[in-house]
Amino acid sequence: MTSIDRRKFLAAGSVSLGALGIAAAMPAWARGAMGGTLARRGSDVLSGEHLSLTVADAVFETGARRGPAVTVNGTIPGPLLRLREGQNLVVDLLNNSSEDTSVHWHGMLVPFLMDGVPGVSMAGLKPGERFRYDFPVRQAGTYWWHAHTLQEPMGHYGPIIIDPAEPEPFAYDRDYVLMLSDWSPMNPHTIMKKLKVADAYFNYNKTTATDDYPLSGAARRMWARMRMMPTDISDVTGSTYSFLVNGYGPDDGLEFAYRPGERIRLRIINGAAMTYFNVRIPGLPMTVVAADGQNVRPLEVDEFQIGNAETYDVIIEPRDGDAFAFIAEAMDRTGMGLAMFAARPGARASVPDLRAPPLLTMADMGMSDMEPGSMDHEGVGGAQSAPMGAMAMDGMSMRDTSKLPPDVKVGPGLDMVAMNPVDRMGYPGTGLDKVSHRVLTYKDLVAAKPNRDQRRPSRSVEIHLTGNMERYMWSFDGKKFSAVTDDPIRFAFNERVRVRLVNDTMMAHPIHLHGHFFELVNGHDGFQPLKHTLTVQPGSSATFDLTADEPGDWAFHCHLIYHMHNGMFQVVTVRPLNGEVGQ
Amino acid sequence: MRTGAFILLLASAAPAYAQDHAAHQPHEVQADAPDKAPPQSAHPEQESEIQAATALPPMDHGSMDHQQPGEPGGMDSGAVGHDPAGAMEMDGAIDHSAHGAMDKVAGIPEAPPPPEAYSGPAYAADAFVGPRIMAASRAAVARVVSGLPVFWFMADRAEYRVRQGKDGYLWDVQGYYGGDIDKFWFKSEGEGVFSENPESAEVQALWSHAIGPWWDLQAGVRQDLAGPDRTHAVVGVQGLAPYLFEVDAAAFVSNKGDVTARIEGELDQRITQRLILQPRAEIGLSAQDIPELGIGAGVDRIETGLRLRYEFVREFAPYVGIDQEWRLGQSADYARAAGEDPSVTSFVVGVRLWF
Repeated sequence: MTSIDRRKFLAAGSVSLGALGIAAAMPAWARGAMGGTLARRGSDVLSGEHLSLTVADAVFETGARRGPAVTVNGTIPGPLLRLREGQNLVVDLLNNSSEDTSVHWHGMLVPFLMDGVPGVSMAGLKPGERFRYDFPVRQAGTYWWHAHTLQEPMGHYGPIIIDPAEPEPFAYDRDYVLMLSDWSPMNPHTIMKKLKVADAYFNYNKTTATDDYPLSGAARRMWARMRMMPTDISDVTGSTYSFLVNGYGPDDGLEFAYRPGERIRLRIINGAAMTYFNVRIPGLPMTVVAADGQNVRPLEVDEFQIGNAETYDVIIEPRDGDAFAFIAEAMDRTGMGLAMFAARPGARASVPDLRAPPLLTMADMGMSDMEPGSMDHEGVGGAQSAPMGAMAMDGMSMRDTSKLPPDVKVGPGLDMVAMNPVDRMGYPGTGLDKVSHRVLTYKDLVAAKPNRDQRRPSRSVEIHLTGNMERYMWSFDGKKFSAVTDDPIRFAFNERVRVRLVNDTMMAHPIHLHGHFFELVNGHDGFQPLKHTLTVQPGSSATFDLTADEPGDWAFHCHLIYHMHNGMFQVVTVRPLNGEVGQ
Repeated sequence: MRTGAFILLLASAAPAYAQDHAAHQPHEVQADAPDKAPPQSAHPEQESEIQAATALPPMDHGSMDHQQPGEPGGMDSGAVGHDPAGAMEMDGAIDHSAHGAMDKVAGIPEAPPPPEAYSGPAYAADAFVGPRIMAASRAAVARVVSGLPVFWFMADRAEYRVRQGKDGYLWDVQGYYGGDIDKFWFKSEGEGVFSENPESAEVQALWSHAIGPWWDLQAGVRQDLAGPDRTHAVVGVQGLAPYLFEVDAAAFVSNKGDVTARIEGELDQRITQRLILQPRAEIGLSAQDIPELGIGAGVDRIETGLRLRYEFVREFAPYVGIDQEWRLGQSADYARAAGEDPSVTSFVVGVRLWF
């Protein structure tokens, strides 16, 4: 290693020793729930082969909100890990907080014991304990790390950038990370209880007698009859969340400098607990060059929706004007993350108002062919145009359990069955299907390189995403995690499997498989885009191909954290553990 | 195993990127959006830099590996010379019109995993971390990520009742502790006139079991605390009916053998996000006359109400309203005999709260 590496190692070491010193003076238990120091905004940068991360209780404030938080190395987000493909990485994790912790390397190919999931690959790190991660860095791109506990929504996350061993196939002059997140002064356990006991507690965009929603009386009655809400876009909203970019709330004045004419790479990471964001920079197209860290064929768009845990790398090229607003609007339109690109310090572009909140559609109920005009453009047939209120009023069951495969458990945890769960990878996301500019969809993603494994999958697997909004229960195949701890989803090593996810709920779920990339089956045979997290649109299906080439037990879950914590969590196991191909 | 993933990422050499683009165009059906290739080499020699957040000083470029001159594999992204300009042409068009196959798994059989997928220990981490440590961790995580039990208490109605004669009061509270399926559920309600003994008061202790997406079956005991001493067995259902009616229906068998029933329904009608009008109805039924309780056989009484509440926060909502109660049939006769009016109208003011 070069002397540069050693220098960085020492720098990182001294930072963590400093944090250790402060924390040791005031043990976690003595600081109480609101203990700890005020979290700093933004990430420090750590590089090198041996890094230290220290988790601590803290206080965070943004705008008028102030409350308990968790920091790693004192900041929210935690440190940016700047790594190089091919290096080895050792990370010493120290828990100075009052709760169990862990670090999961989201999107990174690691040995399963290094994956950082309590209950699956390690035991949660108790207060005062240390854990050493040690693994080679086998990939390049934009990723992130986070706790696999309820510390994550409190601030325990940070970006990862891995510089490639080979040069990137695109050029840029500047490189910025924009890590999106949502922070609430409310403790995660409290949020979870409110979701359980109250009816859409955080939603202040419900239909009312005085609203402006374009819904007929018949449509409103149909929704009421189904005991569901067309405004159920996000479970937790801007009524408690502040939406952050790199730890900065919309009023905290985050500013990125640029010189007109520069090509700027933006690495956008959705580290939010519960928020889908619509990302746009009014007046500036974005060229998508990577998704989930993996290069795709460059594609110019004006807006894209980013699900929890997804990352997109885009290149922008601001020329005219001296400021552009980066808008990360919450999907339910209850707030936005905001940053400014400024050609001179203090330059400001006008910030558009929040757009009107969207409504769920027939397609989101799993009745895609009933509403041809408004869903994705591949709508099949769809001639039978039924007015929204008229259908579902008679004879049409929203919970026809005969449509489910036999391995789906039918019970109180399942409130809906998608009647016609078509593939909606051509759908840009709730609220973006009718905007007048170009919006990214999964169908647009084409891998930059040919898929490594071109075998036709030898078998297929269907997994249903199930839930009950009223009871706030979430699961795969109707079985929450406690029912399947000894019944994982099994793959043979190196097996090529096609997995179809069927979303029997009216919410989009960002489904994440640990330890692997899978390929979206989106029509680009041989160049299917690689992803670690896949949004399954409401009432629809999405399919991926997986080469199960990473032995071990891996978490598989919805990345909406309160869905995961209410049961939408499973283990995928790849055997044999020695990685030998059977037969 | 590591080698395998390396291949995944690296097998396709960079030139493939440049080649495949031209070769693989079948899916780009329509270019209905501007297909503008951004100028590739506008600043070919500018260095790349990473800035995690502007509040931080820009990274020390001198310390970045990738900018060390002479270092093999250095990551000077600005050096685009190796990137033929042709490789960077844009897809441009958003491909909304591609007609993908609807059934993506067609032709690929759904099948169970091969036998080797079952090989090895039940839990992969056990041998490395320790079976006991992992078992405890697994149990804790299974509990935490499967929906922890919660405690909930609600005073649905806690109100002052203004009516002809003496003003009165009413409480109607309930709560539970438990998980998604099984809960301990308690209820209490009662009413009376100030400065007198309560006209009625009861508590119920119930086991509640989810029997469907929206319904719980409840069974347990009810103890009357006012009037003649009675203990009842209770069985009922509580939940959410179509059109969002909150329904609570229960049958009671007393220790005297009397069978009664009660059906309550209420509906939240949002006027604004916080101003909510709640119509409410309750019907009392009895299988027999129970003179000492003033209950007549059949429909014993009907109570309707309309309450308008304002949710300052979801948990706290004062309300005003009107409530009308009729006692019917034999019950009305019992009421008259006791010198009471079988029809009572009350104006109510109260608070709905929960935690």
